[in-house]
Amino acid sequence: MRSLSRPVVLGLAWSLLVAACGGAASSPSVVPDASPSGTLTIYAGRSEELVGPLIERFESETGVTVEVNYAGTTDLAATILEEGDASPADVFFAQDAGALGAVAAEGRLAAIPASTLDRVDARFRSDDGQWVGVSGRVRVVVYDTRVFGEADLPTSIDAFTDPAWKGKIGWAPTNASFQSFVTAYRMLKGDDAAKAWLEGIVANEPKVYEGNDAVLAAVAAGEVEVGFVNHYYLLQALAEDAAFPVANHFLAGDDPGSLVNVAGAGILTTAPNPVAAQAFVDFLLAEESQRYFSTETREYPLIDGVAADEALPPLSEIAGPDIDLSDLSDLEGTLRLLQDAGVL
Amino acid sequence: MSALARPRLPLRPFTRSGRARTAGDDPRAPWPLAVTGLVIALLALLPLIYLVIRALGVEGDALGFILRPRTIGVVVGTVALGLLVGISTILIGVPVAWLTTRTDLPGRRTWAVLTAIPLALPSYVVGFAFLAFFGPRGTLQGLLAPLGVERLPSIGGLFGAVLVLSLVSFPYVTLATRAAILRLDPAVEESARLLGDRRMTVFRRITLPVLVPAIAAGALLAMLYALSDFGAVGLLQFDSLARAIYLQYGASFDRSLAAVLALGLVAMTVALTAGEGRLRARAGTYATSRRRRPPSIVALGRWRWPALAFCTAVVGLALVIPVGTIAWWMVRGAMSGQPVELLMDVAIDTFLVGALAALAAVLLALPVALLAARHRSRLARFVESSAFAGYALPGIVVALAMIFLATRTVPILYQTMALLILVYAVRFMPQAIGGLRAALGTAGPRLEESGRTLGDGPIRAFTRLTLPFLRPAFLAGGALVFLTVVKELPLALLIAPIGFDTLATEIWDAASSGFYARAAAPAALLVVLSIGTVALLLRAEEAER
Repeated sequence: MRSLSRPVVLGLAWSLLVAACGGAASSPSVVPDASPSGTLTIYAGRSEELVGPLIERFESETGVTVEVNYAGTTDLAATILEEGDASPADVFFAQDAGALGAVAAEGRLAAIPASTLDRVDARFRSDDGQWVGVSGRVRVVVYDTRVFGEADLPTSIDAFTDPAWKGKIGWAPTNASFQSFVTAYRMLKGDDAAKAWLEGIVANEPKVYEGNDAVLAAVAAGEVEVGFVNHYYLLQALAEDAAFPVANHFLAGDDPGSLVNVAGAGILTTAPNPVAAQAFVDFLLAEESQRYFSTETREYPLIDGVAADEALPPLSEIAGPDIDLSDLSDLEGTLRLLQDAGVL
Repeated sequence: MSALARPRLPLRPFTRSGRARTAGDDPRAPWPLAVTGLVIALLALLPLIYLVIRALGVEGDALGFILRPRTIGVVVGTVALGLLVGISTILIGVPVAWLTTRTDLPGRRTWAVLTAIPLALPSYVVGFAFLAFFGPRGTLQGLLAPLGVERLPSIGGLFGAVLVLSLVSFPYVTLATRAAILRLDPAVEESARLLGDRRMTVFRRITLPVLVPAIAAGALLAMLYALSDFGAVGLLQFDSLARAIYLQYGASFDRSLAAVLALGLVAMTVALTAGEGRLRARAGTYATSRRRRPPSIVALGRWRWPALAFCTAVVGLALVIPVGTIAWWMVRGAMSGQPVELLMDVAIDTFLVGALAALAAVLLALPVALLAARHRSRLARFVESSAFAGYALPGIVVALAMIFLATRTVPILYQTMALLILVYAVRFMPQAIGGLRAALGTAGPRLEESGRTLGDGPIRAFTRLTLPFLRPAFLAGGALVFLTVVKELPLALLIAPIGFDTLATEIWDAASSGFYARAAAPAALLVVLSIGTVALLLRAEEAER
């Protein structure tokens, strides 16, 4: 027993030490003037690989110490809701508008000043200014290039209800971007048409995956021949493996299948450091950061004057379904529809 | 009242049923043990308290939601998944344990190490590897293409989920069974043989019944792991309850319906644990002497070849394919000019968290195991089933429960290392309970009683006579917890101190956005870390003999 007891004591001591440090570090910092300082806590539902370098640049430019909690966007939204007033977070940097909407709906997000909001088209931000989009992603159909050529694919998402696609489709109906697309479909064509489309796809026995990355992996593995995902996953995979046997297919501009979603940010009402939080949101919308989204994460920049990746069709051509993202808040209705159609 | 005050008779020969009394003699536990057990039970029940709070807040037609055919289908599928994983882990795990302890299988030490490592592989990594390898147009199809194979059947659904989950969880059965085999007193088998029983008969009538509690305990862990898993079922598109719970959070941020589903998972866990307990109660035990000789080794003879083929197949599927896939990601990334980061500091942090959580977990498991093995009573049953009740909950549920409770009760501990380690220890202590309980069962209270008659106090008798006997169980339990913690994800992401990374979170971060090459380095480090741990464990096991 004696051989065990020393590590126990050491371990407990270490734990308590870390606990004490952690407790001290998370206490709110008070900012007397308007220039950002102190510590900023970001809950980031985006990959560290993708946004880590951007956050480091913010740190070195402002001198603010940033602590980032990286996790899944929905997990972080649930975390913020469970934390309530005790949340240590200043900024919620989310993968999709739906999660920001859910957190805003429970009164956890503060209003962002108009000077920040106005940098972005009204379609890509919340109506009451509680969150703002910082980068755009388009819904696309990825396809197995060993099976199809670009010309073999339809221009509308509606065509995939054709029985010819039976067993060939992969999708991720639990994914937030997919659900935003369904909401957009409902807005454009009505609930009945949306339900008929969902039922048509279900009749084609699609394979269900958890997220866009899994759908993409399934297309590459030949589990399915086409998949409904966001555009940038493929670009990452191609950067690693030029022979990746999958390509993006952009649907017609006015088709709900080419909906543009955003990743965005909101500031918590309970933010311990609102000044730095505001500075960070402005930083994300600055030209240099927008250029970073374009070249590094291969998303669409959302401010004027920064161009999208040349390999992508311009946003003006594909942002056809003229839909305001904050109108896509009827997630409840979409979920009911997904359940009625036997998708979820 | 204190058991110490009661006059104790060293000999209480028979129960009403006439069976010799061994373990579980005294239903009255000494009060410090009872109180400790109750505190541990309360800690383990915390997530359930949260679930009840959330489930009470459910709006709309919860009953209709539960009774709709789709939910019922998910429940049936989950039960099938659990049972099939239980059966297949026994079919893989028990032969591996026997071959690596009791036979002259060439390279048994190496096989013992190799067959334990899959435990540390995150199920989503194995799932990804299997999809890439066995998919209709995966690597295997590419190899078979010259033979005219255009596509292979899909590996998704129940079959794929059972396959992947069995391959990552069969070591629970192997390690528990190995520990039990090493505790066996060869003298008993030898007497049976001397009395003329054949080797197979001895195994079936003498050895197997003693191993049943260990096998059942291992299979229980594997089944509960399968119920709680989200990584593999998500990738291989099998609808289990855990996946339905994630869906509620992910799709609608509906924490109430998710809580209702999670309580269903708790009910299943309690039923499975009770079933295992009943199986265990029926099983026999026999005391072993402390001075054991190495167990007799069976010469395999011609059977060596099928035995080797079996081990090769298990290691090939559970280790070579996933690790090969990781290596391939690394090579491919390096060829396209991606830097390979070594992340040594993250590996050290991961090791420290795993080791501290393992230590804390075995310390928590000891009182529970003592109650269960020595003081069978309603209290002991309550403490034991509480310890297991939340074990099959998906990590996200436990994480949200802890976020809710910690921010409201002990905000000073929120997002600290101390809380993370405590939550890990409470969550994973069931992995150490089974082995400790089985070891206590074979040690038997008589050993201590003899010490007491020689004048030792109860604590001294325990530490002097029983504790040394428990060392292999401590090590095995600690190793299980360590291997589980280092691959754990939701808690490491959500309740760890902000900015704290483990190898598992690094893999997740890279893989979830498609950077497989960058996921490879932390995955490889995770494998190295577990090889080291398993090798240490086996060396300790050897030294014990």
